[in-house]
Amino acid sequence: MTTVAMSPDARVTQGRVILSEWIKLRSLRSTLFALLAAVVLTVGLGVLITGLRANDFNQNGPPGPHFDATLVSLRGIYLSQLPVGVLGVLVITGEYATGMIRATLAAVPRRLPVLWAKALVFAVVVFVVGGIASLLAFVGGQAMLSGAGIHVGLGSPGAARAVLGGALYLTVVGLLGVGLGFLIRNTAGAIATLFGLLLVLPAIANALPSSLYNDVFRYLPMIAGTQAMTTVRDPSLLTPWRGIGVFALYAVVAIGAGAVGLQRRDA
Amino acid sequence: MIEARGLTKRYGHTLAVDDLSFTVQPGIVTGFLGPNGAGKSTTMRMLLGLDAPTRGTATIGGRRYADHPAPLREVGALLEARAIHTGRSARNHLLALAATTGITRRRVEEVIDLVGLTAVARKRAGDFSLGMGQRLGIASALLGDPHTLILDEPVNGLDPEGILWIRNLLKSLAAEGRTIFVSSHLMSEMAQTASHLVVIGRGRLIADVGVDELTRMASRDLVKVRTTEVARLRDLIAGDGVVVTSRGGDTLEVSGLDSAQIGLAAARGGIPLIELTPQQASLEEAFMEITRDAVEFSTPHPPGELVGAEGEVR
Repeated sequence: MTTVAMSPDARVTQGRVILSEWIKLRSLRSTLFALLAAVVLTVGLGVLITGLRANDFNQNGPPGPHFDATLVSLRGIYLSQLPVGVLGVLVITGEYATGMIRATLAAVPRRLPVLWAKALVFAVVVFVVGGIASLLAFVGGQAMLSGAGIHVGLGSPGAARAVLGGALYLTVVGLLGVGLGFLIRNTAGAIATLFGLLLVLPAIANALPSSLYNDVFRYLPMIAGTQAMTTVRDPSLLTPWRGIGVFALYAVVAIGAGAVGLQRRDA
Repeated sequence: MIEARGLTKRYGHTLAVDDLSFTVQPGIVTGFLGPNGAGKSTTMRMLLGLDAPTRGTATIGGRRYADHPAPLREVGALLEARAIHTGRSARNHLLALAATTGITRRRVEEVIDLVGLTAVARKRAGDFSLGMGQRLGIASALLGDPHTLILDEPVNGLDPEGILWIRNLLKSLAAEGRTIFVSSHLMSEMAQTASHLVVIGRGRLIADVGVDELTRMASRDLVKVRTTEVARLRDLIAGDGVVVTSRGGDTLEVSGLDSAQIGLAAARGGIPLIELTPQQASLEEAFMEITRDAVEFSTPHPPGELVGAEGEVR
């Protein structure tokens, strides 16, 4: 037999696969561009919108009690979810498109460690970058509102949680993208599915009769997830933590389905 | 050692690989030969656990590929379609693969040097020529210094210098006792590198033979002779077991005698020869012949319309 005795220090471990995926993620230009775009959009758009609102309040009087100063400054995340989601999809569909997946799975033939590693590495990176962007947007946005005297600090009720919620929301968008990417394998198909779920479902739900709408709308992925960024409650919607929890459930289902596909299908 | 037993792969209605069994021994280069679409790549993907066989098993060094705790250190593979992300540099590609089994950065630099990519190691693999991409694929295969190499069409896209390099590399790796399994659709290429051949056609095993044996099997033992006195030469060499065929003009084809016997006979008879050429069957012809036969065996009926026509006659 040609089986060579293998020293245990050569074994493929989950930790090594995580390191491998970290090298892969940081060695692609698309990673840098997408994350840069996410930061610029989160901060730039947040500050811009908050500035426009502040200007309006200066001219037409202060806002009512339902004005959410924190959420306004985090609005840019509604747009920055696009580069984050696309990058989450590309993390895996880029490998299917180029054939890299065969090298990856030949190196890690048990396969699932690759999915866990990709999801973990990407989630951590998005959480850190998204957290910084969310915080900068909050600080910059509140500076805009300070002229009108309606700004809030991180210490005000729910503000810190909402800033954290922005980072969590982007992280879950990214994970949903990774899961759909593993499941669908094709870049265009996975991106269309991801943003169909996030952006198109609420528009379709609007056409439902009101009895049905009230039951369904709050559970839609983006509607549920973005509650984590609010400090002023809308009683018809989920609470912040329940909302992000429901949103995370979507990502868990997508990743679970992706895991089954990865195990069962030919590479 | 690579062992395939009853390996079968069905895609829908197509049987890509059909009950394929063979063994690849260490210490020599074994060629995996077959026309395009014969099932070579599918077989190799099954060996590497990338495609699950419909039936049958494949083991490398006595274990299924997926059961190796450190596969890159046991088996190096080069897959037909370049398995490389186009946006990543050669060095980062290798570093990412190396990380999965704790291969050092030094070894990564070593294989980059070995395949001659040092100058372009920082370039995106998408900007590589076909040949450079192939070298990077070979670098990935050698990364873990594996005992077994499975290479799908490694000379594709290489320039003559690269082809020579890979031939010598494979021979020297085999001489170190490694198991080398190399696919090609070109018999001429395999003739230069391999000493044993596994030949498949339409997913089925056609031959599992030594290269020498294959040449003998297909050898036709013909001699082409040109002379100004065709009729006299024909009479002179006629005899038991000798068949002389006219090829028009001054040319004859002789079987049953070798060129020395014909040349000496002609000299004794004072017949001038213009040309005397032994017609060795090339390995390529041998390959065509055995694959053609196998294709005929595996299709008992000619294509559709003809079957219908035959039916009517009967």
